[in-house]
Amino acid sequence: MTAATATVSSAPRSRGGVAGTVVRGVLHRWLPLVILVAAWEVATRISDSPFFPPPWEIAKHMKDLWFSGPASHLFLNGEATGNIFPSLGRMALGLALSTLAGVVLGIAIGRSERALAYLNPIMQFARVIPPPTLVPVFIVLFELGTQMQVASIIFSAIWPILLNTADGVRSVDPVQMATAETFRLSAFERIRFLIIPSALPKIFAGLRLALSLSLILMVFSELLPGTSDGVGFELTNAQSVSDMPTIWCVIVLLGVLGYLFNTILLAVEHRVLTWHREARKAAS
Amino acid sequence: MLEISGLGHSYGGAAPVLKGMDLKVAEGELVTIVGPSGCGKSTLLRCIAGLIAPSEGKVVLNGTAIDGVPDELAVVFQDYSRSLLPWLTVRDNVALPLRRRGANRSERREQAAEALKSVGLADAASKYPWELSGGMQQRVSIARALAYRPSFLLMDEPFGSVDAQTREDLEDLVLQVHRAQGMTILLVTHDIDESVYLGDRVVVLARNPGRIREQLQVTLPATRDQIGTRADPEFVRLRAEVGGLVRGVAH
Repeated sequence: MTAATATVSSAPRSRGGVAGTVVRGVLHRWLPLVILVAAWEVATRISDSPFFPPPWEIAKHMKDLWFSGPASHLFLNGEATGNIFPSLGRMALGLALSTLAGVVLGIAIGRSERALAYLNPIMQFARVIPPPTLVPVFIVLFELGTQMQVASIIFSAIWPILLNTADGVRSVDPVQMATAETFRLSAFERIRFLIIPSALPKIFAGLRLALSLSLILMVFSELLPGTSDGVGFELTNAQSVSDMPTIWCVIVLLGVLGYLFNTILLAVEHRVLTWHREARKAAS
Repeated sequence: MLEISGLGHSYGGAAPVLKGMDLKVAEGELVTIVGPSGCGKSTLLRCIAGLIAPSEGKVVLNGTAIDGVPDELAVVFQDYSRSLLPWLTVRDNVALPLRRRGANRSERREQAAEALKSVGLADAASKYPWELSGGMQQRVSIARALAYRPSFLLMDEPFGSVDAQTREDLEDLVLQVHRAQGMTILLVTHDIDESVYLGDRVVVLARNPGRIREQLQVTLPATRDQIGTRADPEFVRLRAEVGGLVRGVAH
């Protein structure tokens, strides 16, 4: 309330104030979704198909399935912590390792014209191989279970990060490079203070792609043999007993998680790349 | 201090950009280099800075032949907006090169603050370069060079992209820094007035290939000011002479 009055007084001309604008903005953004869910509810109630449960039933089922735990555990029950957490853990590990390896290799390759020229065809080739086709190879190479699951995530998520980093590293401004040279910055200082920040906008673009790929591969890798837990495992189980409500719960959960992660990443990017936006604005 | 002898350079076997250049800059001297476009000013500067190895002759700084970027040299580039790092604050931009000087974090910050104060930007330390005007950004890159404490300062058309009023302020800043710190400065410019106003000596270059046409001692009093000095008959005479030399007219 205090915040609302304060904003109103600072913007006296806009009727309803900033708080009103925010509310309207949220409404506009969520209105299509609300209408869609409502229409979905009505359509599924009318058709009464066992394959398409109404959203309300899905929500209720989600609550029973995952959120019936005690408040101290954020209402998460054993089913949720035993499946959602391992999935997210593997995804986080896969994405973190992809980012680390992608950025390090991207810098190494991007700094050398020759390395890039030699390796680019190989990387483009490897990038377009759909990871599912590599499963037979991974089964030979890695232990079934977590090792193979994380490997599938990495093999998919690393490419956009690596290729974008290599590209971003090459776009370092020649005047900035000459400045670093005349002030005799060490190789480490150049990478830390010049090359990585220059490549950061491109790295983030790669990271966004890698994020959605790693979510997809997270589920996919849990459909493989040797899986004992995870959201994908829950999906396979539900499928084998034709438990349609649970299948729909997993679908909705994945959508929510994807949206949530992307929003967080965008917020981080917005914060980290303020200089990038402002410097471009100042230059134009 | 700086001794250039028989310097010549050509890029990849093309016609030489510089040829047979001999130049000496004494300790504490402020020498300006002026010349028509295409006279090899920037190639000369890059050779002195150790950014490129000349194809002929040598550059000796403080008794050591330059091979790679020398430690006691700092450069102020014309393009301040691309020379400063937009992701670092003004303070961090100035402090960054001091890491190699073995200073710890608080020493670096202190030295940066001192340098910023000497260019009149004590209050801008925690701002980002893109929050400042062009003239202020160039002050930051001058502060960065000063904090580095070089014995030799190279300036590559440092005021080529600021407005006239700012330019005069920055010129006076260079004179003030030169006087206060006794630094040896070599400043490249395409502005004839500026070369005379700032220099103890003006070196005029000719082109095709880039070479020294003439060197003129500036006999103006050491203390200069924008109004008085520019009205001085000696300034007017020197300006006309340099102008004639730059345009290739015999005097």
